[in-house]
Amino acid sequence: MATVELRFSALPEHVRTARLVAAAVARRAGVDEAVLDEVRLAVGEACSRAVGLHQRSGLDSPVRVALCEDEKSFSIEVGDDASAVRAVPGARGREAAESAQEPPAEAEVDMGLAVISGLVDDVEVSADERGGLIRMSWPTTTAAVLP
Amino acid sequence: MDLSLSTRTVGDRTIVDVGGEIDVYTAPKLREQLVELVNDGNFHLVVDMERVEFLDSTGLGVLVGGLKRVRAHEGSLRLVCNQERILKIFRITGLTKVFPIHNSVDEAVAATD
Repeated sequence: MATVELRFSALPEHVRTARLVAAAVARRAGVDEAVLDEVRLAVGEACSRAVGLHQRSGLDSPVRVALCEDEKSFSIEVGDDASAVRAVPGARGREAAESAQEPPAEAEVDMGLAVISGLVDDVEVSADERGGLIRMSWPTTTAAVLP
Repeated sequence: MDLSLSTRTVGDRTIVDVGGEIDVYTAPKLREQLVELVNDGNFHLVVDMERVEFLDSTGLGVLVGGLKRVRAHEGSLRLVCNQERILKIFRITGLTKVFPIHNSVDEAVAATD
């Protein structure tokens, strides 16, 4: 089980809460202070992306965040439920055709992933039957901070 | 902390002082401010980001949108930022090549190229 799990309604105002919680748990897990800004930004990007996907797909389900601490690393998984929509044949194309009025949102989604991959060395983007999953991890320095 | 916005004029430049966090929730407010300034005929903008505590890709998107708007009127959008953690996001996304980034408002106001 994850150390801390969050589920929040897919609304932009809750992304800040996810950032604050992730940074607090990361600090406790022993992630270096200098890296906490990156953790905050990366989890914010992943959550913003998930919120955007849920909103554009008309999904009511929450965005899922799992914060896991183990001996040597701290990891964050952000899961969305948007794959069902993506899996519909032709949905992507139709969406693209209809979204002439909304290209900026698409661009922001892509820029979010670009920021994550530029920031985090250890990142995996995957998808299952439920939705997309972004997994990121950072080394911890617990031993170094113990008295 | 929420987003704070204020504007002032120096010569033909409009300075937008931004403070707090620019993210998926607050970025629309910044977008509205930039759109309003351009609609009111302010085409030379300087966005002072020295008091910005957090910026994500949504905020970057809004700044790029602002740049497109002023360029449509042969205007300019310059940024003032010395904070390494904010500058890093511009570097990661390659936007340091797109925006003129200055060390101070005075420098940005004086810049003409």
